[in-house]
Amino acid sequence: MTARPRRVVSRVLLNAAAVVVIVASLFPVYWMVNTSLLPASAVRSTTPHWWPDQFTLSNYQEALTDDSLLNALFNSVAVTGITLVVALGFAFLGAIAVSRYRFRTRTSFIIAILVIQMIPAEAMIVSVFRVLDGWYLLNTIIGLSFVYIAFVLPFTIWTLRGFVNGVPADLEEAAMIDGCSRSGAFWRITFPLLAPGLIATGVFAFIQAWNEFVFALVIMTRPESLTLPIWLRAFVQATKATDWAVVMAASTIMAIPVIVFFLIVQHRMTSGLVAGAVKG
Amino acid sequence: MTTVPAEAAAPPAPPSASRPDPEPPRKRRFPWAPLALLTPALIMLVVFIGWPLVQLVVMSFQKFGRAQIFGAPPEFIGIDNYAAVLTDPEFWAVLGRSVALCVVSVVATMLLGVAIAVMMTKLGAVMRTAVSVSLLLAWAMPALTATIVWGWIFDTQYGLVNWVLTQVTGQNWIGHSWLIDPTSFYAVAAIIITWGAIPFVAFSTYAALSQVPDEVLEAASLDGAGGFARFRLIVFPYLRSILLVLLVLQVIWDLRVFAQIYALQSIGGVRAETNTIGVYIYSVSMASGDLGAGGAISVILVVILLAISGYWIRTMLKEES
Repeated sequence: MTARPRRVVSRVLLNAAAVVVIVASLFPVYWMVNTSLLPASAVRSTTPHWWPDQFTLSNYQEALTDDSLLNALFNSVAVTGITLVVALGFAFLGAIAVSRYRFRTRTSFIIAILVIQMIPAEAMIVSVFRVLDGWYLLNTIIGLSFVYIAFVLPFTIWTLRGFVNGVPADLEEAAMIDGCSRSGAFWRITFPLLAPGLIATGVFAFIQAWNEFVFALVIMTRPESLTLPIWLRAFVQATKATDWAVVMAASTIMAIPVIVFFLIVQHRMTSGLVAGAVKG
Repeated sequence: MTTVPAEAAAPPAPPSASRPDPEPPRKRRFPWAPLALLTPALIMLVVFIGWPLVQLVVMSFQKFGRAQIFGAPPEFIGIDNYAAVLTDPEFWAVLGRSVALCVVSVVATMLLGVAIAVMMTKLGAVMRTAVSVSLLLAWAMPALTATIVWGWIFDTQYGLVNWVLTQVTGQNWIGHSWLIDPTSFYAVAAIIITWGAIPFVAFSTYAALSQVPDEVLEAASLDGAGGFARFRLIVFPYLRSILLVLLVLQVIWDLRVFAQIYALQSIGGVRAETNTIGVYIYSVSMASGDLGAGGAISVILVVILLAISGYWIRTMLKEES
């Protein structure tokens, strides 16, 4: 075989492999949305409907008029909102401290936040449950938010620290020479340059709190205090194999905010976790 | 300095040498300013992670069952909880299943992720963008919703997999349950976990591959190195440390997998036969109410995971200095 046809064959194989990857990645997402737009009768037919040929929004209507889902949606929005705002604020202050000051316990603090990131939530459910129980914080939005804030702080501090490091302190000093006060230099020069970092970190906190499963399962046990993931799991179990169309509508409602926010900051998601390694 | 390839370098990166300490160490003053800035975060970490962690260790040495939840004083029983857990065959069965699931998922994730990354470097611009966008969507999918969707695809009555198998093999697969048998339950779980984990591995590896300088590859090729030799001798050394970090992170994430297993069990698995370590902790401590034993298993899990993550922590510290 000469070089040319062989190259054509490998090109074709390569693109075929790419198509396989595309289909395998997209199909479950597509299938969720597709099923959610079909009436229950079409979902329960012997042949699959490959696209929403009997388009309907009735599943969404059914899901969004269910009081328990609306309640769970409210709880999730509240917990996520509190976590996002507080974690971002605290992480911002912490990142400034770690990045702009040299103090003796700095390295210990950095090691501590790296170690904490590796402590599995699954192993903490027992004692977090007990501690919150002792403080009457079980089944409260504020109790769950506190736990989420603590568990997203290490990563948010770590990520923001990277962004603060990226803004040269020289810029601040130049502003101070030109007559800015130290805090003025910070708010006028450094803070605006940190905006992308704050957005990326905030989205991370949002996604963590919105998707979190195991703490919510343990802490929010009353029907009125469920968050969206816990509600969804219970709903799947309750309607098992009878109402996949509505289940898919509810899943889509839960997934869409995450997908949208994720796409906004996707190019910064890998960097925090593997930054040191890529350099080699 | 952070050097994840071009895309991550959003803020201008200063040469690290030119950054003077804003607080020069000329006077040994107590560092009030940084401490004040760290205080809110420190309080949250100490109160909601540190204190429970201490409680966890204490509890693992106590008899702590339902009676204690309702107020009876817990009694110290030394290492009885650990002895009971470590001599319980179910604990070892759960641990073995978790490790097996973890190994299968991690191997599949790493092989496919790296293969996809290499493939992306060879694709044309249009195809590469299409692959990136698809991977991103899969990555963005919350683990719980992904599990539920895969549960629907593998559904007993109306699932797509059974329909396709019926069409292809000519036998009737409708009504075949994929989740009732533990082995095929774990196969489905491994597919879900791998599907969700590949994008992160693929993107990180792709980013690292784009760091390999073309000149070096060209020089090697002029010196007569073939494609495989170039990969083994030049590309791989560039990739080695990132692949190790990815491996460590994947092992940790897959070993503690919770939402996927728990949700799949709700769709139709036999809980007792399909528990992994995370779900087992939940069922021992929350469902059965034995917080002492649950605490002991938790401490064991923390120790295992911290031991594995030592490499990752060291790598991240290297970047910091």
